[in-house]
Amino acid sequence: MLVKSKPGLFQRFYVVEILKGLAITMRKFFFGKTVTIQYPEERREYSDRFRGMHYIKSVNGVENCTACMLCPTVCPAECIHIEAGERPDKEKYPVKFEIDSLRCCFCGMCEEACPKDAIKLSNIYEMSQTSREVYDKKFLMEQRGHK
Amino acid sequence: MDQLDWIITVGKCALIAFILLQVVPLMVWVERRGSALMQNRLGPNRLGPLGLFQGIADAVKMLFKEDRIPGHVHALYYKLAPVVCLVPAFMTFAVIPFGSQITVGERVLNFQVADLNVGLLYVFSIASLGVYGIIMAGWSSNNKYALLGSLRSSAQMISYELSLGLSVIGILMIFSSVKLGDIARQQGEILLQLGPISIPKWGIFVQPLGFLIFMTSIFAETNRLPFDLPEGESEIVAGYHLEYGTMQFGLFMMAEYINMTVGAAMITTLYFGGWQLLPGMSAIHAHLGDLLALSDMAREWVRVGLEITSFTLKVVFFLWFFVWVRWTVPRFRYDQVMDLGWKVMLPLSLVNIFVTGVLIYYKVI
Repeated sequence: MLVKSKPGLFQRFYVVEILKGLAITMRKFFFGKTVTIQYPEERREYSDRFRGMHYIKSVNGVENCTACMLCPTVCPAECIHIEAGERPDKEKYPVKFEIDSLRCCFCGMCEEACPKDAIKLSNIYEMSQTSREVYDKKFLMEQRGHK
Repeated sequence: MDQLDWIITVGKCALIAFILLQVVPLMVWVERRGSALMQNRLGPNRLGPLGLFQGIADAVKMLFKEDRIPGHVHALYYKLAPVVCLVPAFMTFAVIPFGSQITVGERVLNFQVADLNVGLLYVFSIASLGVYGIIMAGWSSNNKYALLGSLRSSAQMISYELSLGLSVIGILMIFSSVKLGDIARQQGEILLQLGPISIPKWGIFVQPLGFLIFMTSIFAETNRLPFDLPEGESEIVAGYHLEYGTMQFGLFMMAEYINMTVGAAMITTLYFGGWQLLPGMSAIHAHLGDLLALSDMAREWVRVGLEITSFTLKVVFFLWFFVWVRWTVPRFRYDQVMDLGWKVMLPLSLVNIFVTGVLIYYKVI
């Protein structure tokens, strides 16, 4: 609701009101706490639920992924590309696991769909690059974020 | 005038021009850091101590940008306009005294470039030349926003020049001189003696209403907030300097800050005693002289130094006040500015003249 208060005769001279305003600015100038952060030195803390850069979880250097193709199926942006292969012990594994992060919309559905807890989204949010590379399996396994 | 006089005059001109040029990057820094701290930010703090070299970086950036002239402008006036804005801003400072005089041998050194007989009138006539630069910039840019901005600016400057001129008449009536040196000197006289405290005859004590009107008009005259009509992102983009880039834009910005400095110096000279010592400084002068057992000549030099210091401190305060007000008071709408100028400031300044006249007639002041 719009509340209009009519200024009194004294207030309409403005001089005192302006002086009051000047006092407020001066108080802010001397005692005001800065709320900005100095970015490269200080960083904002994000929650663990933050959906940043992907990574593939691995145990003893072997990725958890079994190439079940659930994540490329659920992916709305169609940015995950997996080629399945077979290990000597007849276990299925991804020969190729690529994520085109330029297409990715960071919805986190791949993370939800994964039955093996293999593809996860980290806290990393600085993803600017000078080239348009597609992240391959090696890169995704090395890069673990803050989780 | 012999050769030494010429050298002294040229030296004073060079000194003032140099100081005015240094004020610009410093004021930009003060403005940005000050506004940041008032708004709970930090402002530029990367370059040099506390970000002090930011102004130099900005200047270097402007100087090395491509000097591009848009195809649709009138090239001659387009190039001329920033210069026409900047030069009057410098010229005004010539008559402002920044210290009293000192006698060296047979020569009287005046701390003022030129003590013209028409002092104050010279200031007003030169200051109003700045309007031409703004109109030229707006017209030659061949752009509707630029033209609207320059028209607004010139309309505002002309309407506030009335109240500016009329508010000073009170000062002229009291000190009965238009020479700024005389006005500054007469403000050293004592107005009231309240026991140990003596109140000097500073302009603000004899002309409080005139001071308020003068200050408001100076704000409007220098196109500073709360009266910054020529600019307005939501209405007319950048106003008259819309089509300008590189150092040509830089010259407009320099003109604004130098005008501010001149405005602050005018307020100081007319209403705050000019180079008259700040309270307590005369005691410092006497003590310092006794303490160091100085000769008469050295005492004179210390006095002049203190006078220049107090003038500088006063000007610095008013420069800070410009920044302070800018980030406190909200912006006026165009019609509100015109209302204030014509319906409030003009009648008030006429009332001020009348009341001053009555007070002088009955010998109160």
